[in-house]
Formats: sequence, C-alpha cells, structure tokens
Amino acid sequence: MSKHVVAPVTEFLDGTHRLVHINGRTIAVFNIDGEFFGIANACPHQGGSLCDGHLGSLVTSDSPGQYRLERKGEILRCPWHGWEFDIRSGQSWCDPKRIRTRSYQVDVKEGFELVKGPYVADTFTVSVEDRYVVIEA
Amino acid sequence: MHATLTSGAIDCDLHPAVPTIKALMPYLEEHWQDAFIARGIDHFNPMSYPPNAPLTCRPDWREPGVFPGSDLTALQKNALDAFGTRYAICNTVYGGQIATSETMGAAMCQAVNDWIRAEWLDRDHRLRASIVVPPQDPAAAVEEIERCAVDQRFVQIMLPVGVEMMLGRKFYWPIYEAAQRHNLPVGLHAGLMYRFAPTSTGWPSHYLQDYASITQTFEDQLLSLVSQGVFSKFEDLTVVLIESGVTWLPGFLWRAVKTWRGVRPEVPWVKESPAETIRRHVRLTAQPIDAPADGAQLGRIMDQIGSDDMLLFATDFPHWQFDGREVLPPGLPDRLVEKIMIENPLRTYTRLEGTVQ
Repeated sequence: MSKHVVAPVTEFLDGTHRLVHINGRTIAVFNIDGEFFGIANACPHQGGSLCDGHLGSLVTSDSPGQYRLERKGEILRCPWHGWEFDIRSGQSWCDPKRIRTRSYQVDVKEGFELVKGPYVADTFTVSVEDRYVVIEA
Repeated sequence: MHATLTSGAIDCDLHPAVPTIKALMPYLEEHWQDAFIARGIDHFNPMSYPPNAPLTCRPDWREPGVFPGSDLTALQKNALDAFGTRYAICNTVYGGQIATSETMGAAMCQAVNDWIRAEWLDRDHRLRASIVVPPQDPAAAVEEIERCAVDQRFVQIMLPVGVEMMLGRKFYWPIYEAAQRHNLPVGLHAGLMYRFAPTSTGWPSHYLQDYASITQTFEDQLLSLVSQGVFSKFEDLTVVLIESGVTWLPGFLWRAVKTWRGVRPEVPWVKESPAETIRRHVRLTAQPIDAPADGAQLGRIMDQIGSDDMLLFATDFPHWQFDGREVLPPGLPDRLVEKIMIENPLRTYTRLEGTVQ
C-alpha cells in the first residue's frame, strides 16, 4: 500500500468522479457532497466500468407494494447488468458477503503535510498552501 | 429400489377420484343435488387426465369398469400396502376447482372435502387429505378452509397451478393468510382452469404439449409468488409444487437470480436471492421425477438446486409415472433418500405428527 495524491480539492468538484491508475489498478474516486470515496472500478461480475453506471439511491421496502429511498447518491449500479454496490463499503447489495468491489481509503490532506512524503503525485506539483485528495492504494 | 426404502414413508401425492357426480350427491346441499340432476351432466373430472390416456393410470393398476383411482381397496393394495406407506396425502382433482361459476365451484369443493373425509379418511387411518378450495372466490375458499381445518387430517390446501390470475396477486392473499394461520402448506397441483392458453404462446394441438408445458406455468407462478411479495408478507408459508417435475428448477433458479440481481429495485421487498427464498419456502413432490434414470445425474441436479430439503416422496397413484417400485432412480445417497421419504414430508406437513393414532 502506498499513498497517492489524486487532485487538489478545488479542482475535484462535488458530484464528479475521477479515475486513477495505481500499480496496474483502476480506481474510481467520487466526490459526493464533499465526501470522497474510492472503489475498484471493475465490476466483480464481468468487469463493467462502475464509474460509468448510475449513482443513485437504495430502494428498500417495509412490505410488498411499499417503496422507500435510502442512502441517496451512495449506491452505484453497474452499467452492464445493474448490480448495485455500496460506494462506502464496495459491497454488492445482491450478495454482500461474496460479491464486493474493493474500497479504498480516501482523505483530504493539507499541502504542507504532503510535501514531507511519502506521497506520490505523478502528474502535478503539490504546493504547501493547497488541500489535496489523497488515496491509499 | 427395494420395498424397505419406502417403508414408513409419507406419500405426498395420490389421487382418489370422484367417479361421477353421483358419488358426491350425499354431500351436496339440496339445491345443488337438484341442480346437477336437472342438468344431467355426470362427469366433472378435468380433462388434464383423460380416462384412457396412458398417464392417467398405470396399466397394472387399471381395473375393468373402474374409474382410475376411485376404489379404496385398490388404492390400499397398490399404493399403501405395496410401498409400506405410513401416511398418504389424498389430492382429489375434480371440477369444483375449475368451474366458471363461483357458487357451483364452491359447492363441489365442499362436497369433495366431506366425501374424502367420510369415504376415505374415516376408512383408513393412514390417509390424510388436501382441502380443495374454489380459487374463483378466495372469500369462499377461506370459509371452506375454516370449516375443514379443525380436522387435523386435512394437512394442506390445494389449488390448480393455473388459475384466473397470477398467484402472487393480492386477490389470492386471503387464502395464504388462512393457510399460514392454520399451519397448512398451499399445494399447487399440475392442472389449469383453462381461462388462458396453457402455453405462453397459444393453444397447443396435442395432449403431449399440454402436459409437458405445465412446467412453464409452475415457473411463472413461482416467480409471481416471490416477486409480488407473498413470501415477504407470509414468512411462515410453505408452497408445495405437486406433479410439477423437478429438473426444470436449477435453470429457472439461475435465471431468476440473475435477473433479480439486475432489476432488484423494482421489487425491493424481495430482500434476498429468489433462490434462497424458494429453497426455504417451496417443496416439490418427487413424481414425476423427470430426470435421466441414473441416480448420479439426479444427484448433480440436486447439487445445482442446492438443497436436500425440497423433495417429497410421492407415488402420484394411480398416474403412470414409474413401474414396479422404482419411485426414485437408483444410486441416490441413502441419506438423501431418507430425507425424501420421511424427514422432508414431516417437516413440510407439520400436522402429520400431531395426528398419530
């Protein structure tokens, strides 16, 4: 595991996602209302690109014919076959014990902490005055 | 298979038959006695089992001049004594369950239930029966359940698998509520009310198509029960598929689970894989066992189903599904056979243990 700088917070807008490539893995990082989440982008079913799926709510029910929306904006549906994944844990809804996509710790760090290392920022320069989105992968 | 394997077994599907409406006369209300005589129609057995079709009666169980299944002595000799059966559940397939008139249907069902009690259950302590109810009128069906359920020898409620609507509809829920409250499984028997074509693409030309295609109806109704939330609402309900065949189940479960995973939000009350729900709530009589005559292959199908709890021994007497005593293909593990013969039926029909005499 190593720590990687994804982007400056000011450039990673709310409601968007980015793909990062770390050690051969493709990880989707999401900003949902200022909270950041990272999951392996390949669906464990057949490898669909999860970040291209619909990010919506969890539909639940108390009894047949009743619908309730929970976890608004935190459930990602694979664009290929519709399997649902919890963006926080990476667990599937259909079979949470056996089917999951890996989730990664994503944090926001001050620039002055990052310049000390051991962070990896390949494509841009980290400045001490800014804040950055950082993933451990 | 030697006879000892079925000794003490519980036969979960056999068919005493009403030979003609005359047999029911003593059990019909006055108005209906009069009405049936006035109509002059004698035979209300559904055409799912034409009297001379090979399937309708095993050749060595046929007796000249006797309507197949209508003679108690023959049933005792061929079905009970021959297999060493401890209990046997009588499922009478008759016109009351398919009549277009709700009131005539209810009257015939009520008469069949009183007839089976007086002429069969009272005359052999090994016999138990399903309550036949009119699916045309669920309120009348519930009344009939309340009337019969006090007699613990009634161990199930029976409906034809093909009725006027999909069985998951709320129209039928009062029946499931009563079934759960009285600890009675709902048995769905092969057979249709023929309000719709028996295949999803139209009317077949031949009996072969009609009988073989019934598994489609079982699949449709099973998925209706799951996806319309019957098992979510009635958590203790058991449904028994009777004469449904078995080997279609693995492929069906696979399709149901795969599709559910993709469209789960449209049925959020289905909170687990349909396969898990079905393994817990659904049982199947193991006749016809529509598998290759090789226990190893059936064993593989059982592995694909993923449960040893689901199959129930049945002879389907007098229907011709097997010869001799070959009720199961040879080579099945002893433990599985034991479960099919005794344990699974006792767990499914919990009223059986309460009625030991």
